[in-house]
Formats: sequence, C-alpha cells, structure tokens
Amino acid sequence: MRIGIITFPGSLDDVDAARAVRLAGGEPVALWHAEHDLKDVDAVVLPGGFSYGDYLRAGAIAARAPLMQDVVDRARQGLPVLGICNGFQVLCEAGLLPGALTRNSHLHFRNRDQVLVVERADTAWTTDYTHGQRIVIPVKNGEGRYVAADADLDRLEGENRVVFRYADGNPNGSSRDIAGVTSEDGRVVGLMPHPEHAVEDLTGPSTDGLGFFTSVLKAVVAA
Amino acid sequence: MTLIDTVERAEKTPDDEQPYRELGLKDDEYARIRDILGRRPTTAELAMYSVMWSEHCSYKSSKVHLRQFGDLPPSDALLVGIGENAGVVDVGDGYAVTFKVESHNHPSYVEPYQGAATGVGGIVRDILTMGARPIAVMDSLRFGRADAPDTARVLPGVVAGVGGYGNCLGLPNIGGELLFDECYAGNPLVNALCVGVMKHEDVRLAKAEGVGNKVILFGARTGGDGIGGVSVLASETFDAEGPAKRPSVQVGDPFTEKLLIEACLEIFAADLVTGIQDLGGAGLSCATSELASAGTGGMHVDLDTVPLRDSTLTPAEILMSESQERMCAIVEPDKVEQFLAVCRKWDVLATVIGEVTEGDRLTVDWHGERIVDVPPRTVAHEGPVYERPMARPADLDALQDDDAAQLPRPSTPEELQAHWLAVVSSPDGADKTWVTEQYDRYVRGNTVLAQPEDAGVVRIDEDSHRGIALALDGNARYARLDPYTGAQLNLAEAYRNVAVSGAKPLAVTNCLNFGSPEEPEVMWQFAEAVRGLADGCRELGLPVTGGNVSLYNQTGDVAINPTPVIGVLGVHEDVRRRVPSGWRAAGETVLLLGLTGEEFGGSAWASVVHGHLGGRPPAVDLAAERKLGELLAALGREGLVTSAHDVADGGLAQTLTESALRHGVGARLVLPGDRFTALFSESAARAVITTTDPGGVKTTAQWAGVPVTELGTTGGDALAVDGLPELPLAELRAAWSATLPALFGGPEHSTPLTVPAGTVPTS
Repeated sequence: MRIGIITFPGSLDDVDAARAVRLAGGEPVALWHAEHDLKDVDAVVLPGGFSYGDYLRAGAIAARAPLMQDVVDRARQGLPVLGICNGFQVLCEAGLLPGALTRNSHLHFRNRDQVLVVERADTAWTTDYTHGQRIVIPVKNGEGRYVAADADLDRLEGENRVVFRYADGNPNGSSRDIAGVTSEDGRVVGLMPHPEHAVEDLTGPSTDGLGFFTSVLKAVVAA
Repeated sequence: MTLIDTVERAEKTPDDEQPYRELGLKDDEYARIRDILGRRPTTAELAMYSVMWSEHCSYKSSKVHLRQFGDLPPSDALLVGIGENAGVVDVGDGYAVTFKVESHNHPSYVEPYQGAATGVGGIVRDILTMGARPIAVMDSLRFGRADAPDTARVLPGVVAGVGGYGNCLGLPNIGGELLFDECYAGNPLVNALCVGVMKHEDVRLAKAEGVGNKVILFGARTGGDGIGGVSVLASETFDAEGPAKRPSVQVGDPFTEKLLIEACLEIFAADLVTGIQDLGGAGLSCATSELASAGTGGMHVDLDTVPLRDSTLTPAEILMSESQERMCAIVEPDKVEQFLAVCRKWDVLATVIGEVTEGDRLTVDWHGERIVDVPPRTVAHEGPVYERPMARPADLDALQDDDAAQLPRPSTPEELQAHWLAVVSSPDGADKTWVTEQYDRYVRGNTVLAQPEDAGVVRIDEDSHRGIALALDGNARYARLDPYTGAQLNLAEAYRNVAVSGAKPLAVTNCLNFGSPEEPEVMWQFAEAVRGLADGCRELGLPVTGGNVSLYNQTGDVAINPTPVIGVLGVHEDVRRRVPSGWRAAGETVLLLGLTGEEFGGSAWASVVHGHLGGRPPAVDLAAERKLGELLAALGREGLVTSAHDVADGGLAQTLTESALRHGVGARLVLPGDRFTALFSESAARAVITTTDPGGVKTTAQWAGVPVTELGTTGGDALAVDGLPELPLAELRAAWSATLPALFGGPEHSTPLTVPAGTVPTS
C-alpha cells in the first residue's frame, strides 16, 4: 500500500509521518507540493509543521499549492486523506473539512501528552480503535483552537462528524473539546494532535497513534 | 547623491575625521588599522574592522586564556577542533556529531522575543555550516529575581522566542536550564545550543579556495536590521544614558531558515560547494573575510549585486548588516547552475556576488568603484589581542569566610520539611513545565529523553539504535565563590547528567558569560574559570570542541555572577538502554551512590532559606565523578538500574522530589546520619538510582569503587522519610508545580498564588 506524504515548504513532521506509515506496514511515498503528481498513492497524509511559516493564516498558502488541487479532486472521489495539525489547518483552508483553527485561548504554543476520546471508529483512519476508547498522543500547536459557528457545530455533532474530543483538559480552548473532525463520507480526517509521534515506545508517550496508519491500510484494501 | 568613500579618496584625504569611537574602536586600534593599510580606512573598511575587531567577534580579551583548551592532549574522538564554526566529534559507526552553545544575551534584554529567536537561528546555522543536519536544540536561561517586574517582561518573551523559532524550524528542544538571581536583573542570559549529525565524509569547512570559484550569497535579503549588533550591543556595557539599542537587534524568520536548511543539505549531498560560511554576527564582513582568510587566495565582491530589503542602505551598512537567515558559499563555476537550481526548488534567493581571486586581498566594489582593499587575515584572524589586567575580587576572602555551615538550621522535623518544600518550590527548584510545554520535544521522532530528564537523548540511527546524550549546566553561585572550582563543578554536573542517562561522555563545549573584561576582577574570574575548565577536561580526558564567550554582561559597575555554562556530549551505543530519571514502579530499592559531606556553600538551601551566598562551594573530585560515570554506564549496560537521577543544587531533597513526581511513585526512606545534611548538602559525584537487584548493584559498585548507601523502597503516594512527617505527593506536587504558573501564567492561571521568593513560608 502506497501512502503519500506531502512536503510543503515548512512541513516538519513529514519524516515522522513516513516512519509511522512504515511501522504500520505501508510504503511511504514522498509527494512534492509544487507538482501535479499524486504518484498513484492509495491515501495521502498532510503532515504537521509550519507551511509557509504560518504566514497569512496557518495553512492558507499551502491550501493553494498545485498538488492540493489534485488532493481535493481525488478526496471528493473517496481518496483517504489525513491532515495532522498544520495538515488539518490546510484541509480546513482547502474546504475539505469544516471549521477553522485559531490561536490557542491562552496564547502559548503548547506541547503535552494528551488524552483523546475516540468518537468515531468507522472512518478510513480509525477502524482500529473502538468507540469511546481513550488514547494518549502528543498535542503541540500554537493555533489549534477549533472554532465554527454554533449552528455549524450543532450540525457537525448532529451528523456525527466529530472523530476525537480532548479529555482530562482542553489544551487550546477548542469549541466543545473538538480535537478532530471528518468529512461526510468519513474518508477525510483532520486533527490537531499528532498520532505520528506515538508509534514507538522509545520515543512516544504510547503507541496509540499507530492505529491511524494500520486503519487506513485496511480501508485501502477494502476499497 | 552622497559621495562614495573610495580607496582612492581615502588615499587623498588622510586627515578626514572618522567616527571610529562611535563604532566601538579604541584609539590604538584605529591607529593599527591605518598602519596595516598604509592610509586611513574607507568608511566601508572602517565598518568591517569595527565589527570584526569587536570583543564578540575577535575574542580579543579572552583569546590568551582560551589557548589552554587548544593545549589539551589530542583526543581520538575529535575530528574538527577549535577554530571552525563548531567542533566535530566521532560518535562511531561513521557518524560525526557537531555541537555548540552560543549566547544571545544583550539582544534578548533589549528585545526578548527576537533576541532569543535569532539566538537559536544563529547557532543552528553554525551547525548547518559544518555540513550537518541540525537535530536538536537546548537552552540555558538566567533572569533576575522571578518576582521582579522586569523578569515578567523579559522571560515570557525569551521563552516564546526560543520556542517560536525552534518549533517552526522543526527542531526538538531536549533540555536546558532556567535559573533566577538578582545579579541577572538587567542582564539576562540566553544561551542556545544546537547539535547536528552527519557522516564523517560530509564535514564542510569555511574556506574560499580555487581561483575563479564563485561566491554565492543565499537566503534572505539584506536589510537594515542588526547593524552593529556585535560591536555596539554585545561588546559594551549597558548604561542608563546610552541611546536606544533596539535597532541593533536582528529580526528572525524561521520559515526562511527551514528552507535554507533543506536547500543546504541538498546542496551538500550533491557536493556542490567547496566552502561555506553562515552570516551571523558582523554579517558579510565576517563571512567574506573569514572565508578569504582561511583559504589560499583572495576574494572580490561586487556589493551592488547583494539583494537588498532596503535600497537606501549604504555600502558600509550592507557590510555590517546582521540580517538573519543568510549563508555564503564558494562554488566551482560549472556547479553554479545546479546550485542555483536547488535554491530555486526551495524558494531560496541565491546570487553570485563575487569570486575567489589570485593574490591575498579582499576587494569590494560599489558602483564600479573600489571601496574595500584589505588583507583579509588582518580583518578576520589577526585582530587585537589583549592581556587585560586581573585582580582577585577584593570581597572574595570575606565572602569565602562567611561559611554557610554557620547558618541556623531547622530545629524540628516540621521545620526541616518546610525547608524542603521551600527549596523545591523556589523558582529555581520548581517544575519547569510552564516553559518546556512551549517547546516541541517530539518533532523528527528521535527524542528518547527530553526535559525534565537530566540529559537530552536523541537517536541518530533507527537501525543500529545509536544515539547521543547532551547536558548543559552552569551554577553561578559556585563560580562566584570560587570560579576555578565552580567551572569544574559545572563540568562535573554536565558529565554526571550525561552519565546517569547511561551514555559515555565524549566531548565538552562551553558558553562563558561574564561581566566587563575591562574590570580586573571580572578578568580574574574569567581566567580562573577557564583554567578550572581546562584542568578539569584534562583530568576527565575530554576535549573542548569549541565554545563562546560573552563579556560585558553588566549594567553600570555591577557584573553578573560568573556563569560558565558547560555542555557535555555523550554517546549511547544503543538508546534502548537509556536510563530515565523517574521512579516508575513500587517495590524497587532506592540507592544513593557517592559520599555526602557537610557542604552548604552556594547551596540552594542557603540561598532560598537565608538569602545567603558565602563560604566555599562543594569540593570537586573528578576521579570520583569518573568512577561514578563508569559505574552508571556499566549498570545501564547490564540493565541493573530502572532509574538514575543526579544530585546537584537542592541536594537530595530536590532529587527525591523530582524522581517521585515524575510518575507519581512515592517511597519509604531512611536517611543516613544527620537528616538535614542528607537532604540539603550539595556534595558532588552523587546520584540516586533504583533497582530490582540491589545485590548486583552493590557488587558492581564495589568493583567500581563507588560507595553505596541504601535509602529505602519505592511505593505509595507519599515520600515517607523516617523521622519526618509523611509528605503526600499531592501536596509536594502542588507546591512544586504552582510556582511558575503563578508568576508568569496565562488566563488559565488567573488566581495568583503567593510565592515564597527567597523566604520560607512561616508554618
């Protein structure tokens, strides 16, 4: 299974995402933002980092990269796409996911090991979890506060599109403790915390993040 | 249009007044420049000499002392030594590691966020310049009293700056220090360390060779920021009457630096450069003169080709500008196109600005006229050298006679416990999460141990599991009482911190922060600290790979306490055997390694409880440190320890607190001898370990010649020390973790707590 990882100028966690794919048993494929070439991948990860230095708005410039047009087109046809942190911001800016990520309520960058509750165990990226499961993966961001209009939040919750919520403390002031959301078809997932940093006992707080990458491998086979 | 001060004009107008004093040059230094050139310097030449002969760039006051590091016995581990941008150490399996710590103290006081941010940016470029991929950063910070209003201005900005730049570059912050003392009010210290890794064959050097090779400037455009940063800012004492110095601070753009890193690594991999140098302090003046000076030929630069952010800059300003995120490379003509293509891919601006020439002159043209014509060595490497007068501080005898052992000690178990809580909840002893949460410790996925561990540990090879360990330590109270011993104690602590992680210490770097070298007493402190460090390294068999000197850390006539910050690099053959500092499981035996004497001079207890600094610092026994280090390495290798934590400032009270709170595991303990001494003495060469095989540890320790004392057993949710009231971990954690949020906290910590700063809570 070929999982593409896009590098934008300023992407930082692309090496981590590639490692996570490899440890899950997939083949990581490097994708370059400036090329219209998805290299026949079966799924795409938009990694964390500070694409374009967060200038203008976090994710705003990367969302207009040439390759993103291809990602948007293919995602609408069901290509599994995962946006982590800055990747989540890019997906929101590209219109693939609803809502926006704004400056943390306490105004600081915050890096901590975070408890999440899995609310959807049936998206392309979460089938290896169970509904209600508590997982621990790192969160690290300065602009991670998820916001949307109340009506939109009601609709999202009504459509059961919240995939993860923060538990035991909300690290950034996100509305309704939302940590991650999904598209209507459950193929596109975005979240602020970093599953790719929780794939080895040696370097992570847990290996709870591996499930994202094993899940998508199964989703791709099933498709 | 203003008249250009050309070489020709300088020859014709020898008597023109020049503002050399305003640029920080002394009368005799100016006379020497005229002597070298055989005429007065042009405005542009004067600018170059003034920045390159500044204390910051030329090390003119420190050079005569630093030679002791070069005189240390040769080390097999050292691939590149002092003199390059950073030393390079062989860590095995064909890997080389380069690491260095540098100060950005003065800019961080003037403009905390940008000062600290560009401090990180500058040291990262030094590491990159060696051919290495930067893999981690650390920071060692000092501020005035934690409750002083100005600390509330400076600290949050500095922390946000260190984090903002490092996070955006994608470098994990793996550790450091944060300490407070009145002496840093007005002179905070911001020392940033970067470590990088490469293969032996990838080491790059800063020299311009090959006549006809092109000089390429790449990265950010040159602007008016940071002009005179090294001369008027970093090489002078702050005083109340001086002009605003804010324009001398540089502004950072970590996004550009990230692109620069990736472009450089691609350029190195394709073997496209013959020499490379970053632009830091003194900007183009430094890069061109150092490259030319280290090479075999001369260099010519057309200054009109330098891309500018501000078209009104004068040639002298372009040469002095310290705009960040710029590099200078020497490239063979047939590789120039390929070089520029890599830069285009990464959206990095790159411009050919000159070439390597025959002869031995550095020449610069502006609008077709010659404005610089100098021998580059006289700019870069043959600056003034001073043997400054030295004098032992007049107050030192009185200070050393004021023995901390005479201070009133707690008389009841309850009072002893109150002192314990006061020490660990003091700003120096308290939980640093408020700071470290603002740093990314995970990026790149190789961080094995990070703060609050004793050493940062990073994996460098995912297949062989080889890795490195790094620690930074700089206790200034000890150095104030005795700079020779203080420097050695800092070396010993960093060595020990690397050793407790299970690593083998390999090499030393340093950042020496002192007051004005023009004060004989400061110069004496500096000389003593250097001598102590050199002697210590000789005894431990470790090379000094490089370092940084920051002088003029004083406001008016009040200098900071001498603060030699020492970094030790170690190697882990297999990072899976690293030893963490926290207790994880119940039922394990707690052992103290090393001997405890009555040593309270410069201790955290004396400082926190009595506001006292006096007496002698703890004795140094480097042979004991070495034995302890070898024992810890052996125990780690044999898997005999489950945790190890060093004992340093705050004594055993601090060590036990941190080990217990790491994972919320308590212990039942019996302290040997006098409990006060056991808890608060700061005797060196000690560590606390836990094990499931105390017999095995004792046997190995006996073989290694390290004394062992059994303290008790882990378990429970309290620290229960025989003869003291039981200390519930919840209470201990509340005291330890509330301090920094109460002082600096954001909206979540809106109820300020009363913090005992320098006093014991009366209970």
